[in-house]
Formats: sequence, C-alpha cells, structure tokens
Amino acid sequence: MRLSEHRYRTVASVGGPLLFVEGVVNCRMGEMVRIIYPDGTAVAGEVLKISGQTVLIQVFGETAGIDLGAEVIFSDAVRRAPLSRSMVGRVFNGSFEPIDGLPMFIPEQWGGVNGLPINPTARACPEEFIETGFTAIDTLNTLVKGQKLPIFSCAGLPSREVAAGILRNARLAGGGEFVVVFVALGLTHHDYSFYMDALQEMHTGFVAFVNRADEPVVERLLAPRFGLACAEYLAFSCGMDVLVVVTDITNYCDALREVSTAREELPGRRGYPGYMYSDLASLYERAGRIQGTAGSVTMLPVVTMPEDDITHPIPDLTGYITEGQIVLSRELHQRGVFPPVDVLPSLSRLMQRGIGPGHTRDDHRRIADALYRHYAKGRYVRGLEAVVGREGMVEADRVMLDFADAFEAEVIGQGEARRGIGASLDAGLALLKRFSLEPP
Amino acid sequence: MDGRITGISGPTVTAKVGGVKLCDMVLVGHAGLVGEVVRLAGEQAIVQVYENTLGLGVGEPVVGTGGQLTVTLGPGLVSTMYDGLQRPLERVRAAVGPFIRPCRDIPPLDTAAEWRFEPDRKAGDEVGAGEVIGRIREGAFVHLITAPVPGRLGEVRSGRCTLAEPVARYADGCGIFALQKWPVRRPRPFRRKLPPVLPLVTGQRVIDFLFPLVRGGTAIFPGGFGTGKTILEQTIAKFADADLVVYVGCGERGNEMAELLEEFRTLKDQRTGASLLFRTIVVVNTSNMPVAAREASIYTAVTIAEYYRDLGLHVLLLADSISRWGEALREISSSLEEMPGEEGYPTYLSSRLAAFFERAGAVETLNGAIGSLTMILSVSPPGGDFSEPVTQACLRTTGVFLMLDAALAHSRHYPAINWAQSYSLYAAGVTGHFTARVAPAWGEMQQRCRELLQREETLREVAEIVGAEGLQDGDRLLMMTTERIRNEFLCQNAYGDDAFCAPERTAAKMGAILALYDRAEAGLKQGLSLDEALVSRVASTL
Repeated sequence: MRLSEHRYRTVASVGGPLLFVEGVVNCRMGEMVRIIYPDGTAVAGEVLKISGQTVLIQVFGETAGIDLGAEVIFSDAVRRAPLSRSMVGRVFNGSFEPIDGLPMFIPEQWGGVNGLPINPTARACPEEFIETGFTAIDTLNTLVKGQKLPIFSCAGLPSREVAAGILRNARLAGGGEFVVVFVALGLTHHDYSFYMDALQEMHTGFVAFVNRADEPVVERLLAPRFGLACAEYLAFSCGMDVLVVVTDITNYCDALREVSTAREELPGRRGYPGYMYSDLASLYERAGRIQGTAGSVTMLPVVTMPEDDITHPIPDLTGYITEGQIVLSRELHQRGVFPPVDVLPSLSRLMQRGIGPGHTRDDHRRIADALYRHYAKGRYVRGLEAVVGREGMVEADRVMLDFADAFEAEVIGQGEARRGIGASLDAGLALLKRFSLEPP
Repeated sequence: MDGRITGISGPTVTAKVGGVKLCDMVLVGHAGLVGEVVRLAGEQAIVQVYENTLGLGVGEPVVGTGGQLTVTLGPGLVSTMYDGLQRPLERVRAAVGPFIRPCRDIPPLDTAAEWRFEPDRKAGDEVGAGEVIGRIREGAFVHLITAPVPGRLGEVRSGRCTLAEPVARYADGCGIFALQKWPVRRPRPFRRKLPPVLPLVTGQRVIDFLFPLVRGGTAIFPGGFGTGKTILEQTIAKFADADLVVYVGCGERGNEMAELLEEFRTLKDQRTGASLLFRTIVVVNTSNMPVAAREASIYTAVTIAEYYRDLGLHVLLLADSISRWGEALREISSSLEEMPGEEGYPTYLSSRLAAFFERAGAVETLNGAIGSLTMILSVSPPGGDFSEPVTQACLRTTGVFLMLDAALAHSRHYPAINWAQSYSLYAAGVTGHFTARVAPAWGEMQQRCRELLQREETLREVAEIVGAEGLQDGDRLLMMTTERIRNEFLCQNAYGDDAFCAPERTAAKMGAILALYDRAEAGLKQGLSLDEALVSRVASTL
C-alpha cells in the first residue's frame, strides 16, 4: 500500500492510445491510472510495460486533446470488475459504465477482469444438451452446456439472424432458459439495434456490453473481458446458466493488431501479433462448467471470415481453441436456405457426449451419421456433375444429387420457425426413408 | 542472491540481482512467482516468469534459489495430474478452489503418503554412486532407490516410510531419500542408446500396418483443426502397448482435458484390467494458463518420462500439441526482443526441437535394464499449411510422419491419415518383426495394399472423366477393393469395439480383403463378367 497518491506530470510522448511517462517509481504491472487532460477531462488508463522509471500506459478513451503537461495519477491497484446480480437487464459501454440512462449499480463484490484459469481437474465434462431450435446444429453439430462454439460467417451472410435465432430459441435440456451476456464489439448502430430488439424479448434477462464502431478501439479489448467476468460471476457465484454471445471477434482481433502495432511489437501472420492465440484463448477458455457448481458459461462467438477464408488467422486460431465451429455458406444463402449452415466443415467436438440415451434420442447418432455420410457423397457427386453432366452419371449418383438438394432445402432450410430436437430428427429420418437410405 | 525488479513487460521481468547463474530458478515479487533467468547483462538479469505478472510492482524482491528449474521424481507420480511446473492440480484445487491462483508450498509428491521400502543393502555396506540400495513398489512399477554419492551406509530402514524422511543414512548421518530432483532441461543419463527395433503397437490399423512405430522412436501428426489430432492422441494413449503413458496437454482445451481425465478414470487397461489412470501421468497447461509454463511443460513431462524409462519401462510420451510449445517459444522470444527468424519464430526453434526429439530412444539404463521412451507429438499448422516452420522443423528429425488430411476428415474418414503422403522410417525393420511373429504374409500384404491404393489414385482421375461405368472390369474390381480397404481397414471408429485392433486381427482383416480380390480377379481371368466374378466371390466366401 502506498501512503500517498502518486501524481506525475512527466508525460514524455503520446501516440495513438499509448502514453509514455517518465520518472515513475514503484508502479505495478496492469496498474490503473487516471489521466487528467488540460481541459479537465479524466480518462482511465492501464500500465502495459515498465522499463526502469519509464512506464508505458494504454489509454482507454480518446487521446485527442492531450498534451505533455497532462497529469497521470497512479492508483496502486489493478483493474477490477464490479459484480452484482443487479447487472442483469443493464447495458454498459466497453469501460463498464452504464449507457442505459440508469445509475451505476452497487457492487456486491469486485472480481478480476482477466479471470483465472479453471483448474482442469475441477472442470465438469460438458454433456448437457442445448436445444437451439436449428436442425443443422441440434442434429448434426450439437451444442452442449459449457461449450464454446463459434459461428464462422462471411460478410453479407445472416450471422446476426442466426445468433438472434439461437438467443430466442435456445433451451436447456430441462426446459430452462439462459441468461445472456451480450458483448458487441465495433458494431454499427444498425446491427446494434437489431440485437437489442432480440435481447428485449428474452424472458430471463441479459447483460449487454456495447462498444460501437466509432467508440475507442482499446475498449474493444476490454469489453469481452468485462462480459466474461460478469458471466463467470452469474454462473459460478449465482448458479445461473449463462450464454455469452460475442460479436464480432474479427473486430476484436483487428483492435488487438492496432494496439500491438502502436506498441511497435513484431507482427506475426498478416500483421496480427504473435500472441493472438494466447490472447484469444484467455477469452474462449473461460467457458465451461465446474464440478459441484450449478451454473455454466456457454460461448457463442461470431467470427466474420475476411475474404471468406477459413484459413485466415482469426478463424484459424479460433478453430484451434474452440470446440468446433458452425460454418455459414454463401452458396446456401444465395439459394435462400436459412440458416445457411454448411454442415460439412462444421463440427461440434463435444457432440458425442451430449446426444443419445438420456440426452436426446437413442437413434440420434445413427441418423446424424447417415445424413452426414449421404450428404457428403451427394456434394462430391455434385462436383462430378459439373464435369460429366447429370446425363453421364449412374442412377445411384443421380439419387445422391437429389438427396443433397432435398437435404439442403428441407432439413437444413427451416426458415425462422423453431424445431424441437424430436422434430429435427424426424425430418432427417423422413428424408432418409424417402430416398431408401435408412440407417441400419 | 537478492535483488529488486527494475522492469516488467508481459512475462519478462528485468531485475538487478547478483550471484545468479543462467537458467537458475528465481522467485519473483512478494508473491514468489516462479521464474527462470534467461539472460544476464551486467548487473541485470532477465527473468522469464512462469506465472501471470499482473499486479507485480517495480522494486519488489527477486530471490535466487541457487538451482535450476527442477522436477521431483519418486513414488506417487503415477495417476497424478500436473501443470507445466509440476504443481499437483488436484491438491492445488483442494487448497485454493476451482480456479488456479498462485499458491506455494504444495510439493509435487505427497510427502504424507506411506510406502513400503524394501532394502537391498544393509547398514555397514559400502555403496558406489548410483548403486541400488532398495526399492519401493508403486502399483505395477518398482522404484529403485539409489545412492547419490559413494560411501558407507550407517543406517538402512525397512518397511513403512514416507518421502519426507530418509530411507537410509550414510555413516556420516547424511540421509538418502526416496525422491530426487532433476533439472528439466538436462537429459537424464543412461549407459548407451540402442537402435530402436521393437514395434510399438498402437492398435490403429493404418499406423501399425502401413506406418509402424517403434519403441524409442518419434512420430508427429500434423493436421489443421478438426482433423482429429486430439482424438487420435487420446486413442493411442488409451490403447498403445506401453507400460506407462505421459500425456502432455500443451496449450490445449480445458474441456477436452476434463473429458480425457474422466475417460482414463473409467476405462480399463486391456492388458492389466486396472483403471487406465494407473498407467498414466498427465501434464497439462491449457491454452489460457501462463505461456512460459506452457514452454516448460514438455520438458517437465519428458523428464518424468525419462525417470520411468530409467526404471526399465517402456514409456510413451504424447504431446498435444507441439505447435503450442513453438508458439510459446515465439512469444517469449518476442518479449525478449530477440531477432526473429522465419514467421517470427526464434532461429533456435529447430535446434531446440531437435534436442527435444533426441531425448526419445531405447536405452540401456545405468542399472543395465532396457527401457525406452517413445514420442508421439501432434502439430497444429496454421491454416493447415505444412510449409510452416514448426512442421518443417519436426519433419527433419522425426521417424514417422502421419499426415492428417482435412478432406478425409470432412468425409468422416477417421483416423484421417493420408496414406499417400505419410511415411515411417522404421517400416523396414518392423515389417520383419511382424512377418516373423504375427503373419508370414505381413510384408507382402503391406506391399500389395500400398500398390492397390496407389493404382486407385491413378484410376480415380480416369473415373472422374469417363465415369465409373466407363472403366474396365478389372479396374472396377480394383476400385471396389480399395473402397473396402479404405472403409473397413483404414477407417477405425475411436468409440466402438474396434477402437483397438491387435496386429493378428489387422493381418486377418487385410488377408480377407486381398483373398476376395484375388478370387474375383481369377474369375475375371477365366472370362466371367464382373458381376459373375463378384457372385462367385460371394459363393466362395459362403
């Protein structure tokens, strides 16, 4: 503990969101500071790096209007998140300040922003089925409680409609509903209001952290951490089932790159910093369940793949950390299929445990495998059709073509309506029967 | 050896401290975070901290421990789960709850647990350095307790003992303990290395038959995400024919580790009938645990594995994935502001990796026993692109390359090992072993199987143009046969009864497929049409 407040007027340089202060004694890594501008405005900042008496500070907020005479006040404390049940129903900005016109709540406790890693021996295996209402997910890429399953989308595809559909329709195995933590990163006002409408329909409530496209980039790095601190509190301290929707991770990574470049760090692939994997993991890995605790954190990040490229560093690193992915397809969207989920590259790694007897239905695995196998065959044959033409194909291959078309139109394509898991499986089974492809 | 912190950047701490040596372990800050000296420059020591540095302050103390980063070796390692610095996660959880917080003074081995010491020597005996003075049984394993230095024994205990007290004393009163410490970055000694020749049966047909592994060999399998690396690692961990498995979750998913632990607990070792956990040691540093500890985790694991090898056991080290280790190395290197090599990786990536691979091998131990350490590492190349530095560095040193193919995985062909691109440098030696011990036709069948798959590759291109109907009968028969090979032989369900396939059954399966092919082909030669030849095939199998 310091006995007096440390104030400095020794700013040596400012550039972008970064500030160098000199002659600082005894400061801490990650220490919170307040910066007072010449005109009296105060913004928050955080210590990023200490080298002798020179300190690098990251400023959360606008640095325009700052000069070298600005005052920097060190707090001797690292950033903490205020936590309380009364967060539910509120909307905050990326610095955890209310933007819904209501006063700040009174925290029940303060928690670390970055969270602590869950001890792997304390984790409970995710195996409780979540019904999203979409056949493409429930039947073929099943989501379970405590999983992190990103939606890989492309520019112009209805990822927000898919995400909103899941928010609206997701039910736990017992019929319970989720509390939603919604984190908007660099969202346009248009997208933001779409999501807010969807959230208002939630019965169980939501907490929103909103950083819009024109708001400080540095807050984009902070907002998901606040969101997850809040989710962990609601889940593991209050026993709630929390669904965290983060959109869009691509904006988050771009913010990370922007700040990294400002820090003059060595760039990695496509200019993204080399530590992006660890950084993304520090977000995604906070999903899970803990033995002996009621709540859960399930994560549904949305990633817009630049250039529709799944090997781009952002979807690539995401895929290496998350437990599968739901991939949206431009081709299906153009054909009017909703949700336009391409099931071939999609995957749920935790599906095996969440389906079958006691979870969904005994025949789930068999139906899913048969649908997948025949559809994959159909898609392969479609490639041949382009070369030899439908006429040049054997009858069996033509059947597979028709199967693939019908599968996309009837099983994947379901429109806005919600389908229960029973109805989803029946739809798949009916299609297999019609083509005499029943599973053994 | 006391000093003060002068600078902090991510996990790298600069301190003004005298009397420390390179690679010494130091305790950093009031919290006593574990760190390692990575560079000395004048009075400054650059320290790599293995824990989160958030909240660490300039001016806080840095204390040298006088030694390097070590692991503790002895009875009680088996079925424990450690983090990258060998902290026992179960006991950490009992002490500080479900989230990992900094905590000290939890020894890696339970010092309160009781063991039975069976002495080989008695008081008054002269012993040389490394000589066995007694043994302790840990389940199926026998730990040899050796004398660290030559001398005359003053006292030797027998029966119940704990790790906290000596099991014997020299005449001068110095104690000999049942546990020992070993620096993680120094390979443990052995008498000599042996050429690896004995096969390591994994129970995976495609591996055992086409790309066999040996005891003491090394293998990598690179593959993009979703190609089934983790499932394959875990399946091998469950079924491979090894005495002990050390599994390293290096920067992987926490949920998967939880799943793995539960499976190990419930599944039985098919050879002994005991829980798989009793032959497994898990070292885990999930992707959100501190990055420097992730770098250390593979060394912690390999040192533990070497210790069991030195007891004359066949040890299998599985790491998932070595790319995460490479990335940790890159992060650390970049926070040290070193000059980067390819794609930002430090230039010493390949030499460090090669040195790590060299810790595998079959050896004659100091006690004259034969032990082996086999490594199977998964690689996660960014974007599934194998030209990246970590995959390429691995390829230069490894003996078996199993390429995981995204196209195979998408068509749910698991394990998605590409049979055209993968290779095993051990195949020649091991084939002889299988031919002599399992099936006389092993080598011949292997050759034929490769040929058929190779011919199919060529035919497939033709078939794509002219359609399957346009092929000649002989070629269609070949395509049908290779389809069976792919679906029934190379594919293997990791969840069902087929998860493990003994070499005898592997040989029988391949034999059956080839025999049917031969019969139908003979039919074709006699002038039968393909359909007739196939019918005759069915008739003859009935």
